Amino acid sequence: MYVAVKGGEAAIRNAHKLLADRRRGDRDVAPVQLDQIVEQLSLAVDRVMAEGSLYDPELAALAIKQARGDLIEAIFLVRAYRTTLPRFGYTKALETAQMQIERRISATFKDLPGGQLLGPTFDYTHRLLDPELAVDAPIETPGQRDEPEVFTPRVTDILGHDGMIEEDGELPEGAVAGDLTREPLTFPLERDLRLQALARGDEGFLLGLAYSTQRGYARSHPFVGEIRIGEVEVELEVAELDFPLTLGTIRVTECQMVNQFKGSAKQPPQFTRGYGLVFGQSERKAMSMSLCDRALRARELGEDITATAQDEEFVISHSDNVQSTGFVEHLKLPHYVDFQAELDLIRRMRAEHERNRLAGVETKEAAE
Amino acid sequence: MIKENIQSTQTGSAPDLQRKAAMALLAQATAPEIAALWAGWGDKPDVETLRGPETGLVMLRGRIGGGGAPFNLGEATVTRATVRLGNGAVGHAYALGRHREKVRLAAVFDALWQQPECRDAVERAVLAPIADRLERDRTSKRAETAATKVDFFTMVRGDD
Repeated sequence: MYVAVKGGEAAIRNAHKLLADRRRGDRDVAPVQLDQIVEQLSLAVDRVMAEGSLYDPELAALAIKQARGDLIEAIFLVRAYRTTLPRFGYTKALETAQMQIERRISATFKDLPGGQLLGPTFDYTHRLLDPELAVDAPIETPGQRDEPEVFTPRVTDILGHDGMIEEDGELPEGAVAGDLTREPLTFPLERDLRLQALARGDEGFLLGLAYSTQRGYARSHPFVGEIRIGEVEVELEVAELDFPLTLGTIRVTECQMVNQFKGSAKQPPQFTRGYGLVFGQSERKAMSMSLCDRALRARELGEDITATAQDEEFVISHSDNVQSTGFVEHLKLPHYVDFQAELDLIRRMRAEHERNRLAGVETKEAAE
Repeated sequence: MIKENIQSTQTGSAPDLQRKAAMALLAQATAPEIAALWAGWGDKPDVETLRGPETGLVMLRGRIGGGGAPFNLGEATVTRATVRLGNGAVGHAYALGRHREKVRLAAVFDALWQQPECRDAVERAVLAPIADRLERDRTSKRAETAATKVDFFTMVRGDD
């Protein structure tokens, strides 16, 4: 027998009114504006864009405000929003070599063309809380240095010439980049689909896995070949025009991780690579992504698969925080009927257990 | 680079490249910027909207390793519009984001730019200010980044 239970409409309505009230907080405090979030909480905005897999700073700011700063909830809102829009097409691939660079560092080469550009980084700060920020002390204008615009090649291109390092990853001839928003994932995956999943994957989950590879699970001896952050142009080919259109620029973070590789029957020893590319300024995520990308290439490179970070199905199936939160959080929704059935089952099992125990006692007594 | 684009626009090369450069500038204008440029435009034509302005998505692509095979990185919002002027000229515009009025005006300026008699005025009064602003932004960002460049030096320790 199935009994449908209804109710709770008034409670839900009032809960949502209460949510709106608590979101606003003390009315004597000015409400936060979207441009303030975009400008002053920009790395939160970047994270929501990256994991929401939708580049639009104002929308991400709105989602953060609506979610009361809960970034996974904000990511969920952005993902839901994107399903309401038509797709105009696929852009041409971003040319990160042409990036207008805002930060660019290499841990492998000190003197590289274009130099080490620290940009707006938390690195080398003392991680001491700054009480001046609490009182809005005036901010100095940044320093400027007049330098001619120079081409800043990717470090991997510099090292690539003598075969010391593998080339950029290629797919088989004629392969079209897979799109997990259009086709459900079927394992094993090619590297393009893994990168798409990793680019939208949860930063914390990928960070933990990346850390595990450093601690000895799927050890890969990584070096940061290069991290670069900056703006790249987006171009789209459209039916009505004969040339690719520039749509504007977006900020991305790219990480080239370089890893020792002792060689195999097919390949001489050389450096292999892991790749990370993430929306916005998001260095931790790009580094984690590149370490996970490298670990997940174990099958391709003929390495033993011994660690979680190398297990493609495990990593990719659990990296999406919207999927994860959906399934974990659904547990709090009413399961009254399921639980009633389980309760009934446990009662019957206990009764049977008790019968067996008594029967056992009787048999034992009879034997004595 | 933008300066070069606008210069090639003015000196004239393949018409498609010129229009591509013009449309790229219009796409990168801010909404208030293009609204002010439209407000300052004399002789406003009749404008009929043929499509949109409508917002949708594009899937952005990256390349494996930076230069290898393409992969799908994630989406971005894009707004597009197509307009027809009173004299029949058709203009298109596409730009990242959801600024519908900006994109509609960009399509109007694209249509105007295609009129030989309007092209100079569009380039002088509309494209040049946008290009100048973009170039100023780029230059100051580049100088700010350059100020964070590490100058390594070697310290000699002890007596030779």
